[in-house]
Amino acid sequence: MIVDMKPEDIVGEYQEATLTYCDGKSRKVLYTGLETPYPDGKLIVSTTTPDGIISHVNRAFVEMSGYTETELLGAPHCILRHPDMPAAAFKDLWDTVLRGEKWQGFVKNLRKDGGYYWVKATVIPNVRGGKVVGFTSVRRKPSRSNVDECIALYPTLI
Amino acid sequence: MSYMFTVSPDFAPDRLSGWYIFNTWLQKQSAEAIHLEMYNHYHDLHQAIAADKIDLIYANPFDAAMLVREKGFLPLVRAKGESDEAIIAVNADSNINDVADLKPNTRVAFTDDPDVRLMGMIMLEPADLHAGNIIPLLSDNHVLVAKHLLKGEADVGIILAEAYDNLSGMLKKQLRILVRSQISVIYHSLMIGPRLQSRRDDFQKILLEMDRDEKGGGVLNALGFSAWQRIEDEEMEFMIDLMDTLNT
Repeated sequence: MIVDMKPEDIVGEYQEATLTYCDGKSRKVLYTGLETPYPDGKLIVSTTTPDGIISHVNRAFVEMSGYTETELLGAPHCILRHPDMPAAAFKDLWDTVLRGEKWQGFVKNLRKDGGYYWVKATVIPNVRGGKVVGFTSVRRKPSRSNVDECIALYPTLI
Repeated sequence: MSYMFTVSPDFAPDRLSGWYIFNTWLQKQSAEAIHLEMYNHYHDLHQAIAADKIDLIYANPFDAAMLVREKGFLPLVRAKGESDEAIIAVNADSNINDVADLKPNTRVAFTDDPDVRLMGMIMLEPADLHAGNIIPLLSDNHVLVAKHLLKGEADVGIILAEAYDNLSGMLKKQLRILVRSQISVIYHSLMIGPRLQSRRDDFQKILLEMDRDEKGGGVLNALGFSAWQRIEDEEMEFMIDLMDTLNT
């Protein structure tokens, strides 16, 4: 279940956008220009079910997303999707992992408070007994040069 | 029949006698003849694994994936509350204050410990550093990594956090931590090979009760551990998946 973002959760001036996901559902998101720097030395780890529902998060995920663990578990992973991210990037992610391969890319994630943080993400399918039972995503700190390249590139893909 | 036990070569040198005491204790508890063979280098360990000589191993997370997927090993236990972390250190007088200050051709000292190197290189990525644009300085142990920094032969060093914490006060005073990893989910594991797997449950039981055993508690102390905790198969699979995501 994914619900619209609430103005009372937002820190600072915000803009509104409506995102439509690949399953046809929509969500109103509120976003600001406030970046939360990725902390040195940490990894953000999460696991989802095969259809993208969050089943595990680590503490760094909770801290960086701004949501509580209870809010995250059972929510679709697209709860973090930022309107500046081109849909093509997520299509490529899903096409790749559904082929059973590893995907890597740079992602701008949306926080509960409307701010954002950049990550270098790697997603792999969890194969157990020959079947994909979910996906693990690990995010690490990206370099500023990679982020700057994405800031220039992503608007051209939307 | 005699079985062979080994410990990943990144063991702390002052725990060497502890592993021999542990092996003696384990033989007595399990009533199995187990020979402990310690390797100083990963190359030698990997040759022994390839030749199917090993039956029991306290394995580095990097090797755990290969042991499970290619050699049919299963997890037993891990040290309670312990995880593998790495440190990026510099000379205390260095003008480097942030990883982002580092440039290509940075001289990076590290050991052949694969998971520490992996964690360290991930922490250098924010400076766009990778295996192809650093000057590597392979060192025999973590103390020598520290000495490369002190002598100005390396700009940064990648050191196992536990090894860094155990460096002498004199050495640490001359070093500075740039980044300490807080990964928490990567750890060494005691694993059992195919020839001994019929006794997996017995070994797990013995180990899980070790801290409550009169002599066992002292043996754990000699290893620097408080107790063992069980590793479920899925937990091990999760760590293997995690290592897979990091190894790119």
